[in-house]
Amino acid sequence: MVKRIEKDHSRFRQIIRGKIKKELKKYITRGELIGKKGKDLVSIPVPQINLPHFRYSSKNSGGVGQGDGDIGTPIGRGDDDDGTGQAGEAPGDHLLEVDISLEELAQMLGEELELPSIEAKGKKNIVSDKDRYTGISRSGPESLRHFKRTYKEALKRQLISNTYKPDNPIIVPYREDRRYRTWKTVQYPEANAVIVYMMDVSGSMGEEQKEIVRIESFWIDTWLKFQYKNIATRYIIHDAIAREVDEETFYHTRESGGTIISSAYKLANQIIDEDYSPSEWNIYLFHFSDGDNWGEIDTDECISILEEKLIPKANLCCYGQVESPYGSGQFIRDLEDYFENEEKLILSEIADKEAIYQSIKDFLGKGK
Amino acid sequence: MNMSLTAELSAIRDEIKGYARDYGLDFYETIFEMLEFDELNEVASYGGFPTRYPHWRHGMEYEEFSKSYSYGLSKIYEMVINNDPCYAYLMRCNNLVDQKLVMAHVYGHCDFFKNNLWFSKTNRKMMDEMANHATRIRRYAEKFGEDEVESFVDVCLCIENLIDPHSQFIDKPEEAAKAEAEPEEEEALDAKLRLKSEKEYMDEFINPRAVIEKQRQQEEEKAKSKSRRFPENPERDILQFLIECAPLQKWQQDILAIVREESYYFAPQAQTKIMNEGWASYWHSKMMTTRILSDAEVIDYADHHSGTMFTQPGRINPYKLGIELFRDIEERWNKGKFGKEYEECDDYETKRHWDKQLGLGRQKIFEVRKLYNDVMFIDAFLTPEFCREHKMFVYEYNERNNLYEISDREFKVIKQKLLFMLTNWGQPFIYVVESNYKNRGELYLRHRHEGIDLKLDEARDTLKNLYAVWTRPVHLETVVDETKTLLSLEGEEYKETELD
Repeated sequence: MVKRIEKDHSRFRQIIRGKIKKELKKYITRGELIGKKGKDLVSIPVPQINLPHFRYSSKNSGGVGQGDGDIGTPIGRGDDDDGTGQAGEAPGDHLLEVDISLEELAQMLGEELELPSIEAKGKKNIVSDKDRYTGISRSGPESLRHFKRTYKEALKRQLISNTYKPDNPIIVPYREDRRYRTWKTVQYPEANAVIVYMMDVSGSMGEEQKEIVRIESFWIDTWLKFQYKNIATRYIIHDAIAREVDEETFYHTRESGGTIISSAYKLANQIIDEDYSPSEWNIYLFHFSDGDNWGEIDTDECISILEEKLIPKANLCCYGQVESPYGSGQFIRDLEDYFENEEKLILSEIADKEAIYQSIKDFLGKGK
Repeated sequence: MNMSLTAELSAIRDEIKGYARDYGLDFYETIFEMLEFDELNEVASYGGFPTRYPHWRHGMEYEEFSKSYSYGLSKIYEMVINNDPCYAYLMRCNNLVDQKLVMAHVYGHCDFFKNNLWFSKTNRKMMDEMANHATRIRRYAEKFGEDEVESFVDVCLCIENLIDPHSQFIDKPEEAAKAEAEPEEEEALDAKLRLKSEKEYMDEFINPRAVIEKQRQQEEEKAKSKSRRFPENPERDILQFLIECAPLQKWQQDILAIVREESYYFAPQAQTKIMNEGWASYWHSKMMTTRILSDAEVIDYADHHSGTMFTQPGRINPYKLGIELFRDIEERWNKGKFGKEYEECDDYETKRHWDKQLGLGRQKIFEVRKLYNDVMFIDAFLTPEFCREHKMFVYEYNERNNLYEISDREFKVIKQKLLFMLTNWGQPFIYVVESNYKNRGELYLRHRHEGIDLKLDEARDTLKNLYAVWTRPVHLETVVDETKTLLSLEGEEYKETELD
């Protein structure tokens, strides 16, 4: 049974996330409960919305307490606005936040960036919204009236009020007796997906650039994992040659060497051909580089691999160009010129950390 | 879900009910229901009621309850509704000692609800009433839109505390007020008209009766022709005033009336928090330790009882303060430690061993539970001895180091502070004074300043909500930093003006 409180609760959560009723946002306070998880103290955020009232300002009011101590003994700090300072077990800064699961994060990300749910390809494994009738409510459109439940309610009422006559069993439902079916929209992201991350680790990619890649791919990962149940991730790094690595290495490799981007594309293509048939898998390619490719010949080669092999096979090819003091940044412009109207190729320039936000939106905003 | 008690618990309930009656507790029929923790959290979020109108505020409560429960920080032991019959809830997963403790505690509350004077005007069919409110508000939401209705409920909740809990005990507020006001006015008028006469025998000549009478008539004419002030006397039940006078639609009026009714229903619980919890704790302790507990249960009981009584330094725990005061009263009246003779005795040793063996204690506490509320309770029964024994103190905010510090252990100061905190349950007194201010239909409110300023940002936002109801500019007269100030909200514009 769907509990009544759930609707109120989800409405409250929506307000907290700033999704609805933005005028209440300024009344949100971030309270917390201090809990214990094993040996550690953890902070459990308990957001509250405090509607304004005529009330006393707390600072000059004080109060009455019980306990030991001489005059002048401090009993609590004054920062918290609720007036009564809490004494004792003041926890240090070693608090861990619990609360938000990655799933919730992804949901928030989706809401914040207004990302559409992904439409996967392949008829067998379509991601779809399904309306399922999950509950019963007291109000709703007449077309969804639940005849049996309404009848039961009316019968119950008549039995209780003693207006039910066994020899003349006519049941007349009142408005209060009516029950309606309610539905929930459920997503079935059952399709399989693979993400191939490619990163340029040549000499021109510095720590800062890699940090940007790391943050961005974390968010992309989170979102796609939220959308697909089965997701595989592969990592490729390249300078002049490409090789497949594990996640750890991907994020921690030190920079060196020159840049031949086509090497990475070739390897990606090979991985797809070997393990991920495009008819069964939703394929996502993300490539991050500073756009300083070695010579035009290789750029041409990249374009031809993209055009003939990668783009047809993938749901989405994304190229994110991180700005670097050393790179020319030519690559993105070459791609732009060539693939003007290619929907499946998304290009995004990421100037600094601030731009990550927009870039994720670019990449995932189409719902592919 | 089967909510009725198990056979074992029903037997225990009957047993405890018997003890409660033996002790002289007098309560409505009390129905216990068993709930799972999440159901209990839900009911608690609705203020103890199974059905309330939909609003995010209940969801907010739910989040806090369920988080504290799931992280093992706190759980709800008992919940009981002032209703006839009383409803009380038990958590299914509690162990048997806890269930016994809760039942005994609940009978204490039920007795208090039924007999305490301050509850005498509450609706004893509130369970049904709340469900009606829910239905009405749901229906408005269907008709006028969920967002619209919820936003209006938000507005009403911002001003829900602008009621006058005492008004329910005045039979006809208008007439009573009038009867009080008139003779005073007459005397004042008389004094104004009469010339000063030193010698009594000259009075007839200095103030001839006929002239005075004529002048009086003239004055009265003047007073009548003067535009009449409305409301006639400052009114504390601002919600009622708005329901009657604000330009609201029917459904808005109804929602405001619903919020007002619920405010009045909950008001006595806020007025008697210390007494109510103290009374219930007194009885659960009495019944558990004298009748109910088996030997094996003593440790568990002691553990849980002391958990309820635990007082954080710097706080007041109503359970603890209440139970101790009731016990103190019982002891004092048993031993005759009251009255002139006792008060005037100044020998410490004699006072300490004072015992006239009157045995009036039980009778006295039953009388107290009938007639008093928290303010009166503290005023009458908090003694210097009690404050000392329970290490009570007053704390103040120290601006220099941003700390709350213990500032005093003097009995008088403690009592005064405590009374202030409890008066009007620690909220400012706000009156509506004038509904046609500046002859422009503007609303004029006055805050009766008692030494503590209002929180200004919240006051401003509350005025905004009042403006949403009144639709004309709204003013609040208050004191800011010892200067009389008028807070005014006109449309989007907010300003503070100093008054002389």
